[in-house]
Amino acid sequence: MTAFDYTVLDRAIEQFGNKESSLIAILQYAQEHYRYLPKEVFPYLSKKLGISEARIYGVATFYENFSLEQKGKYVIKVCDGTACHVRHSVPILEALRKELGLSEEKKTTDDLMFTVETVACLGACSSAPAITLNNEIYPTMTPEKAVALVKSLKENA
Amino acid sequence: MSEYMIIDGIKAEINGEKNILELARKVGIEIPAFCYDPELSIYGACRMCMFEDERGRLEASCSTPPRAGMVIKTNTAKLRKYRKMILELLLANHCRDCTTCHMSGKCRLQEFAYKFNIEGVRFPNNACQLSPDHSSYCILRDPGKCILCGKCVRMCNEIQSVGAIDYAFRGSKMKIATAFDGDIANSPCVGCGQCAAVCPTGAITIRDDADLVWKALGNPEVEVSVQVAPAVRVGLGTEFGFEEGTNVMGKLVTALKEMGFDKVYDTNIGADLTIMEESNELIHRIKKGGKLPMFTSCCPAWIRFAEDKYPDLLDNISTCKSPMQMLAATVKATYKGEKKHVHVAIMPCSAKKDEAKRAKFNGDVDYVLSAQEVVRMIREHGIHFKYLEESLPDVPFKEYTGASVIFGASGGVMEAALRTAVETITGQKLGNVEFSEVRGMQGVKEAEYAVGDLNVKVAVVSGLKNATEICNKVRSGECDYQFIEIMSCPGGCVNGGGQPFVDAFKRSDMDYKGMRASGLYKTDANMSARKSHENSAISALYDNFFGEVGGHKAHELLHTHYEPKNK
Repeated sequence: MTAFDYTVLDRAIEQFGNKESSLIAILQYAQEHYRYLPKEVFPYLSKKLGISEARIYGVATFYENFSLEQKGKYVIKVCDGTACHVRHSVPILEALRKELGLSEEKKTTDDLMFTVETVACLGACSSAPAITLNNEIYPTMTPEKAVALVKSLKENA
Repeated sequence: MSEYMIIDGIKAEINGEKNILELARKVGIEIPAFCYDPELSIYGACRMCMFEDERGRLEASCSTPPRAGMVIKTNTAKLRKYRKMILELLLANHCRDCTTCHMSGKCRLQEFAYKFNIEGVRFPNNACQLSPDHSSYCILRDPGKCILCGKCVRMCNEIQSVGAIDYAFRGSKMKIATAFDGDIANSPCVGCGQCAAVCPTGAITIRDDADLVWKALGNPEVEVSVQVAPAVRVGLGTEFGFEEGTNVMGKLVTALKEMGFDKVYDTNIGADLTIMEESNELIHRIKKGGKLPMFTSCCPAWIRFAEDKYPDLLDNISTCKSPMQMLAATVKATYKGEKKHVHVAIMPCSAKKDEAKRAKFNGDVDYVLSAQEVVRMIREHGIHFKYLEESLPDVPFKEYTGASVIFGASGGVMEAALRTAVETITGQKLGNVEFSEVRGMQGVKEAEYAVGDLNVKVAVVSGLKNATEICNKVRSGECDYQFIEIMSCPGGCVNGGGQPFVDAFKRSDMDYKGMRASGLYKTDANMSARKSHENSAISALYDNFFGEVGGHKAHELLHTHYEPKNK
């Protein structure tokens, strides 16, 4: 294993400022880079910013958007906002979970290829039910279309 | 002109009270609250302290400042209904094994459930299934009893600046956790136990080792000796009907003998020994150009804190072991009996439990009991403490000086060290042995003394947040003290985490720390020997056993060294 690259965090601190109030911005920057928040981030930021690790952990667990677990190469977010929900987003979610052997607790496949999670609203209600694949919107989905998408990704992998 | 507001029909004069809850208390109205503590920041989470204004709106009295002309009620049908609902919901998430809980009879939730006539909880309860965290030698965390008032978090962060725990997760999943929700033993926790001192329920308590001690006491093959720390004697009396701060050492010795301890010693001898070694070390550092300022080393939570957060200042800490460890090392080294020897220490402190486990101390102290555990053991043994005769500790570790007994109050170690150091440096007897500048319950005290041709500048700090500030100044070279006393608990050991629990209202209404401290100062004032070097038992110890102060044997048994937590 290669040594952890702390320069990402240094860059974030430089950009947002070495202060307590920059924590969320720095965490977002880190997550953008690593695609999750690796454990190494916590003691490093704690020392640099003078915030306890417990508090950083509190912030990271408070916001749904931060992930402490490594995510898959393909992150699929199934919208379960009101519009998507009434247009049957739940069967899409269930079909994806079944196809990939995932559940509400287990969000990422063991081979770190796929992550399936829900999101409260993507702001794409006119395209309901919608999902995103690595931040790209796939409109008016059905369980079949979603499964076909996953299958094609698997084949191209 | 004075300003007023009306609380429950009572005209209440506003005099800068920071919230309505405090003002109401001044006019004799007790508004219930879980999360409010005057020493901590305002959190406003429990919603028990709500009041109703004239328009029927509800607001929390802890987070609302009084305003002239306000008219409020603190007890209405609506408020009663809300409070009962809050209690019912808290109880639904609370492991209600009250009969076997250490906080039974002292628990705020239990008290309010009773006060507000909660007759049943309509919701299923899974709280007892959450597993407690047994990892720490000092404290026990039981998340099943946590009501999320957050006092522990605020204590740990605001007063102690340790930051071992914080709020984690969100909404119904929220809990108090260490980083990564790991064991408290692997967190920056220093074991001071101040979180337990403010916890209104049994969610954080001091670890109980009484069973292990009972076992040793019941074993005829084992000789059990015990030492009693200074602050304990003025702390546990209240549990048996004495006024706060009463020195009950004589009765405690009798009680310990009844419980089966073979020998009862006084930690004060350890404190006198500490002063001999520590004042010698201080003089040595000042005269020979050693590392200054020198920090005291009696407080194990402070040592843990420094090893974690100030590894660069470890050479500034006195190498003296704490009085507990000094006495234990001496007791063990001079033991001549045939039987296996178990040594117990009764401390006002939870961090001492961790200190005793340090590998360098070779298990000289086998078990540490907090004052709380001793109170329970006395009750368990069926002793009528209040009516006991008084007795004296056993030779050769009974004769102490006034200098040692004040160790239990913030500033005590400093004063005791000064008494000996000043006489040693000047070679003259002190006229007045009292150094009142370093007394009192303030978090930071400073003083300057002309000693011979030296100018000695000292600081006395209690509470680790205050310690952080002074350590930062030492680090940056902004201050020029020679000697700094640091105690982790605000006010010193009299307010230690292992002392009997003091209810939140009593904490704010009564200067219990000051009363305990004055109990110690009173004992000191009544002693004929008030300087450690005037203790004839100590002189005998050096003559017959240690040799010179700061000599080889003393170094071997009475000194230690510190290691950074993350090397």
